[in-house]
This record gives sequence, structure tokens and C-alpha cells, in this order.
Amino acid sequence: MTRGFLTVILATTLALTAVADAATPRVQIKEFKFVPTLLTVPVGTTVTWTNGDEEAHTVTATDRAYTSTGLEAKETYTHRFTTPGTYTYFCALHPHMTATVVVK
Amino acid sequence: MERRRFMQCLAWAGTGLVWAARGGVLSATTLDEATAAGADFTFAQISDTHVGFGGDANKDAMGTLRDSIAGLNVLDARPAFVLHTGDLSHGQKPGAFDTLAESLKAVKAERIVYIPGEHDVAIDGGKEYLSRYGAGTYENRGYQSFDYRGVHFVGLVNVLSYKPGVGGALGDEQLAWLRKDLDALTPSTPLVVFSHVPLWAVYPSWGWTTADGEEVIGMLRRFGSVTALNGHIHQVLQKVEGNISFHSARSTAFPQPAPGAAPTPGPMKVEAGQLRRLLGVREVHYVEGTAPLAVVERPLV
Repeated sequence: MTRGFLTVILATTLALTAVADAATPRVQIKEFKFVPTLLTVPVGTTVTWTNGDEEAHTVTATDRAYTSTGLEAKETYTHRFTTPGTYTYFCALHPHMTATVVVK
Repeated sequence: MERRRFMQCLAWAGTGLVWAARGGVLSATTLDEATAAGADFTFAQISDTHVGFGGDANKDAMGTLRDSIAGLNVLDARPAFVLHTGDLSHGQKPGAFDTLAESLKAVKAERIVYIPGEHDVAIDGGKEYLSRYGAGTYENRGYQSFDYRGVHFVGLVNVLSYKPGVGGALGDEQLAWLRKDLDALTPSTPLVVFSHVPLWAVYPSWGWTTADGEEVIGMLRRFGSVTALNGHIHQVLQKVEGNISFHSARSTAFPQPAPGAAPTPGPMKVEAGQLRRLLGVREVHYVEGTAPLAVVERPLV
């Protein structure tokens, strides 16, 4: 009985984790690069960026429709994509850092 | 005799030596000789204060800024003014400009002239920076020129047109303004041109260049004595090209690696005893007529 109950909880937790991962894809900023540089997500997805560098970086839309602040080491930024399209962004401090989110 | 014949540039490399450059040839002399020249006036350069920086490369960037200011205030020759060559803040952290203004109240100089670095404008396209520092600049755009005792100073803004793939640039409007500003001057007018990002291609793959910098350099070539000062790369680096001498300044906050010496240009972690040798400010002496424009680096130790 107890074992069966725990199994249900475990299964539910795993299911929720899987849903969370799909809903919040992550982009790592590492060694002055966005990884992955091309990310494809469904409409309504919230993307999370994490700065893995010591240097500050930003996540800034090419058309500047949205931007993070200067992200310090380990800081994160999230943005929700609500309309299908191809969205390019860059780091406004290191503009050679560029990447794309495709929303379907 | 032409003024450029007298042109010399002195830089203390931090080891107690002074390098004198005449016509591009470097020779060493002592710091005493450099300061004994008897300058008509002196100004100082402070750069890359990065208020808000909290990385491991320097856990006390406000402390090293404070010590840099203290170093300026004990100079024998009181600087007439101070040039801050940008990156006042670290990514426009809230309150950073206020904190910096409070710190710089301790500087014993009549005024401080500012130009922005990319950290000061990246988040809001320069709105906050220009609202605070735009007054007195050309059409509130951040760039400006002024004359001080026969020397023409030009402060350029090469951080406001960052876009994907392109870093430092002045843009056509500023280039047109600069052309007009310089047209009025005779070739014997000594020039000091300051910008945040270096005007010459120090290391383009790290963004250490200005896309239209060559156009600026072209406009400067007809002058007999040009000193170009910049920040951005957090280290002393010099180059002489004809009558133009380029000097990159240290940061007061954290050092960066030499071009290509690390995988990325991120803050450089060094041993505790080494850090203060890599941070500091710069003083520049100008002597009218006999003309040495002496650039003296002042590391914290």
C-alpha cells in the first residue's frame, strides 16, 4: 500500500518535471556564446537563459523589443514567446554573440 | 620648428620605468625625468570604473576606485580636469551612476568630462546616461569638443550603435560633426581625442575595434600632434602611427587578458598581490611650445 502510494507520487513528480522541462527550455551562456544558438519551441513557451560566464551578458532582441539587464554570473532571464516567428537576439555588450529562437 | 618634432610621449609601464616615444621609436627614461619636465598643465584619465561589478576578479571594485582617486589627489601636479573614458557602470546596475557620482566627489579637479562605454548604454540605448551626462555635449548626443590652453580635446561616442555582429562605431552623423569640428583647426593645433572603444583595430574578434575608426584616423593624419586615449580593454597598450599615438588605459575595477592570451576577453583573475599592479589611472602632462605630452601610468601599487 505504502509502496504503491510512493510510486504514484514518484510518477507524478517525474511527469511534472518532464512538463516543466518542455515548457521552459534553457539556453546557457558560456564562453561568450549562446548554447544552443538555434532553439525551436512551441508558441507560448517561456525560455530561460542562464549566464555561465564571469563576464556580464545581456539577452537583447535584435529589434530591442525585449532585453534582460546585465546578467551577472549564474543570473537568469526569462522571456515568453507568444507569437510564431523567427526571433534573433544578441548580447548588447558583446554583439558578436548572436542566436535565434524559432517559435512554431 | 614644427610642434611634432617636439612631440614625445611618456608612459610609466608600472615597473618604475618611463618609455619615451619620439617618432615612433621607444626609449626608456626614469619617472623623475618625466615629471621634472615642468608641464603647463596636467589632466588625468580614469576609465572603466564598472560600478556594480561583483565578480571574482575583484571583490572590492569600489575600494580600488577609492584608492585610484586617492592616488590622483596626491599628485604633485593637480590635474586641471579628469577624463572618464567610459564604462562608468557595470551593465547599468540600478543606482550605479549615483554611486559613482558620490565616489567622484572626492576627486580634486575642477571638472570631470565623461563619455559612455557600452556598459552605460546597452540596456536602454543611452537614455539614462544622456539624461545625466548629455548636457553640454553636441545636441545632447554625448560627444563634444573643447579647448584648453591651446589644446583641442575631442570626446567621441563609439558605443551607441551596437547591433548584432557590429560593436564600436561612430556613425555617419558623428563623423560629419567631427569633420566640421576639425576643419576649423590648423595642423599645428595639438589634439587629444578620447573614446571608450579603441579607434584602431586592437583585436577585432574580441570587439576591440571601431568599425569606422579608420575614417577618424584619416581625419587626424594632417595634425602634427595627436594623442588618442581610450579605455574598454582594461590594460595599458600603446601604438604610434605617424604623428598619432594611441594609449589604452587600465580599469580601476578589473584587468582583462592581453589580446588573444585567453579564450575570451572576460575578467582576468590574478593572484591577490598582482591585482593592484593591473589597476589604476593615468596622468597626462602638456608643455606648451617645447611640447612633451607625457602620459604617465599610475597603477595602485
